[in-house]
Amino acid sequence: MFDIQTQLFESQDIRFGPIDHEKDPEIEAKWTHDSEFMRLMETSPARPMSAAMIKKQYEKLEKQIEEDKNLYHFMIRAKADERLVGKASIQQIEWTNGNAFIRIGIGAAEDRRKGYGTQALRMLLRFAFAELNLFRLTAIVPEYNEGAVALLQKFGFMQEVCRRKSLERDGRRWDLYVFGLLNDEWRKQA
Amino acid sequence: MRDLFHGELVRLTLEEPETRAKAEARWQRDTEYHRLIDGEPARLFSERKIKEWTEKQMEAGIQPERYSFSVRTLEEDRFIGFFGLWVDLIHSEAWVGIGIGEREFWSKGYGTDMMKLCLQWAFTELCVERVSLGVHAYNPRAVRSYEKCGFRLEGRTRQDVMREGRRTDSLWMGILRGEWLQMQNGDHR
Repeated sequence: MFDIQTQLFESQDIRFGPIDHEKDPEIEAKWTHDSEFMRLMETSPARPMSAAMIKKQYEKLEKQIEEDKNLYHFMIRAKADERLVGKASIQQIEWTNGNAFIRIGIGAAEDRRKGYGTQALRMLLRFAFAELNLFRLTAIVPEYNEGAVALLQKFGFMQEVCRRKSLERDGRRWDLYVFGLLNDEWRKQA
Repeated sequence: MRDLFHGELVRLTLEEPETRAKAEARWQRDTEYHRLIDGEPARLFSERKIKEWTEKQMEAGIQPERYSFSVRTLEEDRFIGFFGLWVDLIHSEAWVGIGIGEREFWSKGYGTDMMKLCLQWAFTELCVERVSLGVHAYNPRAVRSYEKCGFRLEGRTRQDVMREGRRTDSLWMGILRGEWLQMQNGDHR
């Protein structure tokens, strides 16, 4: 009933952890050299980055977490070997409205399709709804990211908005979808 | 060439920081106005603080992703409101924020005239592919005005705003360059 035994940051194959400032920059820098990954994750222009740049981003991120108090960021690690496999975050939290935006990415191609994304999203939802007590979550996804659309739908997210032709890539324009999930919708299926 | 800065009821200007700060300090006391144009909790800033922000924006110089306009009536030359655009240069999209602080000018076509000038400017000067905006579901007057200007409703994020203990939706609207051009009936240029 009052489930504080189930760990918030651990699932079958992965765990959420903080940033490792020593080891993580090099791994995340490697992900940025995969343009497909970058275009699935970001709408800003994809470009390869150095470990030094990632290091700076981490510092900026931690500063923002400390000052703005509307951002939670997790590194996703494989439990078997503590290897960094991805990242997950809850951002732009509006505390008065109980709304926030979520993001998840599994960095290396060989770590995808192993269920890490599903486990990470399950943990992220529980954290957002049962720990932060948010009322709803929002996710924004380009129409070409079919994997993310399928994952969100699996967890009951509803496509609420279709921002027509909002992105330009590969010489054509693409729709951006806005997905939403309410706390009580999540509770009913959890 | 078209006159980009004059509509049927209003004209575009950029008021001095003092004038803007004075007006905005007065407008923010009207919480109905605030709750119509914003999703954040209503709050009060000093005139000096507002002026400081305005000056800071001015000192940043010309920023290709940020544009502000003030609006005056043609008839009495009254400063009644503003609009601003935030541009995503990569994907050629502009987001609009718009408001009329002087409430005696609500529901009289001024907002629609302002938005028409805004869209004309966005599509002919900024040359963006798309203009977007968000509006509260409890502001049907604004929605009707935006629809008149050619915006289409693209969806609603359910219950994402809480006001007076009740939850309401946010509406997302957009207009594409092609749609706007078609509305001009060849009157463009």
